[in-house]
Amino acid sequence: MLQHCRKLALAGLAALAITTAQAADTVKVGVSISATGPAASLGIPTKQVIDILPDTLGGLPAQYIVLDDATDASTAAKNGRRFVDEGVDVIIGSNTVPTSLALSAIAVETKTPQLGLSLAAPRPEHLTWVFSLPQTVDVMNSKLFADMKKRGVKRLAFIGFTGGYGDVWLHDIEPRAKRDGIELVSVQRYERTDQSVAGQVLRILAAKPDAVFIGGSGTPGVLPMRELKARGFKGLIYQNHGMANNDVLRLAGDQANGMILPTGPVLVAEGLPDDHPSKPVALAFLKLYEGKYGPGSRDNFAGYAYDAYLLLDKAVQQARQSAKPGTAEFRQALRDALENTKELAVTHGVINMSPTQHAGFDQRAAVMITVENGRWKVLD
Amino acid sequence: MDWQIAGFLAVDGFTSGAIYALLALALVLVFSVTRIILVPLGELMVYAGVTLALLGHDRVPATGALLLAMGVACFALELWEARRGTTPRRLALAAVKFLALPLALLLITRWAAPRALPLPLDMALTTLLIVPMGPMLYRIVFQPMAEASTLVLLIVSVATHFALTGLGLVMFGPEGWSAAPLWDASFDLAGVPLSGQSLAIWASSLLLMLALYLFFSRTLPGKALRAVAVNRLGARLIGVGSAQAGRLTFTLATAIVTACGMLAAPLTALTYDGGFVIALKGFIGAIIGGLVGYPLAAAGALLVGLLEAFASFWASSYKEVIVFTLVLPVLLWRSLASRGRHHDDEEEE
Repeated sequence: MLQHCRKLALAGLAALAITTAQAADTVKVGVSISATGPAASLGIPTKQVIDILPDTLGGLPAQYIVLDDATDASTAAKNGRRFVDEGVDVIIGSNTVPTSLALSAIAVETKTPQLGLSLAAPRPEHLTWVFSLPQTVDVMNSKLFADMKKRGVKRLAFIGFTGGYGDVWLHDIEPRAKRDGIELVSVQRYERTDQSVAGQVLRILAAKPDAVFIGGSGTPGVLPMRELKARGFKGLIYQNHGMANNDVLRLAGDQANGMILPTGPVLVAEGLPDDHPSKPVALAFLKLYEGKYGPGSRDNFAGYAYDAYLLLDKAVQQARQSAKPGTAEFRQALRDALENTKELAVTHGVINMSPTQHAGFDQRAAVMITVENGRWKVLD
Repeated sequence: MDWQIAGFLAVDGFTSGAIYALLALALVLVFSVTRIILVPLGELMVYAGVTLALLGHDRVPATGALLLAMGVACFALELWEARRGTTPRRLALAAVKFLALPLALLLITRWAAPRALPLPLDMALTTLLIVPMGPMLYRIVFQPMAEASTLVLLIVSVATHFALTGLGLVMFGPEGWSAAPLWDASFDLAGVPLSGQSLAIWASSLLLMLALYLFFSRTLPGKALRAVAVNRLGARLIGVGSAQAGRLTFTLATAIVTACGMLAAPLTALTYDGGFVIALKGFIGAIIGGLVGYPLAAAGALLVGLLEAFASFWASSYKEVIVFTLVLPVLLWRSLASRGRHHDDEEEE
C-alpha cells in the first residue's frame, strides 16, 4: 500500500516537472464557456472551435484550459479563480453578459487580459483589462435602423425575452427609435420556455405596427414570429443576430422567409462582395469548421471564438518580444498589444482597438440578411 | 379588451391549462402513492415531445439508447440483489424486460426513424420508448430508498431532474425541437379562431382524465394504489407491496406526461431545459389542489393556464411573477385552514 502511494507521488512529481518544463514558454489560455444551461447553444460552438484551434499562439506553444460555467455567474467566477491558480496569461469568455462580468472582475483584480464573448461591451471600470469580440448592440442596431428608415417604418413593436437579453436590445432600441422618429407602439416580453405568446401578439396587432423587432435568441425566438404570421401579420419582422443559426431555419421552415436581421459576415461569407476584408478569412475558417462539424454547422459564436484566436495570435507575436509567458510583464505586454490592434481582418469584420474602444468592430462587421426559400441571403 | 380577444385568450389559456392539468395529475398521483414530488416529470415530458419531433424529422432519437442504458442499469441491480438467491425464471424475466425489449425497441427505432412513418406510428413508438423509463427510473433511483423521509426524496428528485436535464442536452443539443400538429385544421367559433391542435389537446386531456378515473374506481390495481395513498402500512399488511405500487405509479405518471409532451410538441419548440418550468406550473396547479385531490388539482392547473394567458396580454413582463405569486395566497389559505390539525409528515419523521 505504502509502496503504491510512493509510486503515485513519484508519478505526480514527474507530471509536475513536465508541466513546469512546458510552462517555461507555453502560453496558457483559460477558456470559460457556457456549454450547458440556457446559453448552451452559444457555448457549444465556442467549445467546438477551441477543439480545432492550432496548438500555437504567435509562434509559441499554446495550452487551452476549457471549463464549463453552466451559464451561471458564480460558476464562471470559480472558473476564473481556477485560471488564476493555473497561472493563465489570458482569459477567453464567457458567452453571456452575467458570466462575462463575473470573469471581468477577476481579470481586472489579477491584471489578466480577458477576451469577452458576450453581447455587452466592456464596462468603463473594467476597460483596462477587458476586451470584447461580438459586435455591440450599437453596431448591429445602427445597421438595422438604417434598414428600417429605408423601408419607411414609422411604427415599431418590440417583443423580447424577459430579463437580460431582452433588456440589452430594448435599452438600445428605445432612444434610437425616438431619435429616428420611429414610434415604439408596443413593448411585450416573454419567457424562453413559453408555449404560447398569443396574448402578447394580440396586443402587438392591436397597436398596428409597420414592423416588429424580436429580441429573442435561438429557437425560442421563432415562437413570436410563428404566432405573428399565424395571426395574419403582414408587416416586416426584424430579428437580431442571436437568431442567425441553422436550427432557427430548421424550426421555422417557411415562416422564416422574409425576416430581416443583421449578422456577422461569417454566416454569409460566400455571398459577400469580393472586396470585403473578412471574406478570405471567413472562408478559410468555414472550411476548417464545417470540414470538421459538417456543412451548415456555421454559427456566429463559432466565429467569435475563432476571432479571439486570431486576435491573440497577433498579440502574442508582439508580446513575446518583451516578456516570457507566465509572468505579470507578459500579461501587461499582451494587454498593450491587444489594445494596439489595428485593421485586423477577422471572420466577423475588421478590428481596431484603442485605449477607449475595447470592442473593436465597426460597420464592416454587420451585414443585413434575409431568408429566402429557407436559406440566408445578403441584402446589401 | 373586447369579448373576441377575451375568447381568444380563454382558448389559449385552456390549451396550456389542459397540459398543466395533466402534469398536475401526474404529480399528485406520484406524490400520494410514493410521497415523492417528482420534479423530473418535466424532463420526461420533453423527452417524449422531442423524440416525436425527431422521428418526424426522420432522425434517430437518442432516447432509444438511453432506454437500453437504463435497462442495463436495472438488470445490474437485479443481479446485485440476486446474490441473496433467486430463481432462474425471475432472472430470465428480468433479462427479457430490461435487456431484450429495450434492445428490440432500439433496433426498431433505428429502422423506423429514416422512414417517414405516419404520425400515429411515430407516436406509438415514442410512447413505447418513453413510458418504460418511468418504472426504470423508480427501480434505479427511488426504490432503494423508498422509506426515506419526504425531504430526502425531494432532494433526490431534484438531483434526478438535473441529471435528466444534462442527458437531454447531450441527446438533443441546445436548440429546440417542434413536431407536426396532430390535427392541422382551423375553425371559427363566432369570430374566435380555434386550431385543431387545441381541440386535440382538450379531447386527449379529457380522455386521459376519464381513463384515470375509471382506472382508480373500477380496477383492482387502481384500488390498490388508492389504498397505498390512504395508508401505506395498512396497504402493505393486506399485501400491496410499496415497490410494486411505486413502479405502477411511475408507469402511469410517465404515460400521462408522455401524452403531454406529444401534445405540447407542436405548440412550441421544446428545449432540453424547458420541461422544468412547464412542470412547475403544473405543480402550482397541484398545490392549489393541496397535492391530494385530482379534480381540484386539474381545476387549479386550468386556472394557472388562464391566468397566464390573460397576464401575457395585460402585463407580459410580469406574467411569470403573477402566475407564481398565485401560490402565496393559496398556501396562506391552506395553512390557515389546516391550523391545529395534526400533520401526516410529522408522524413519518
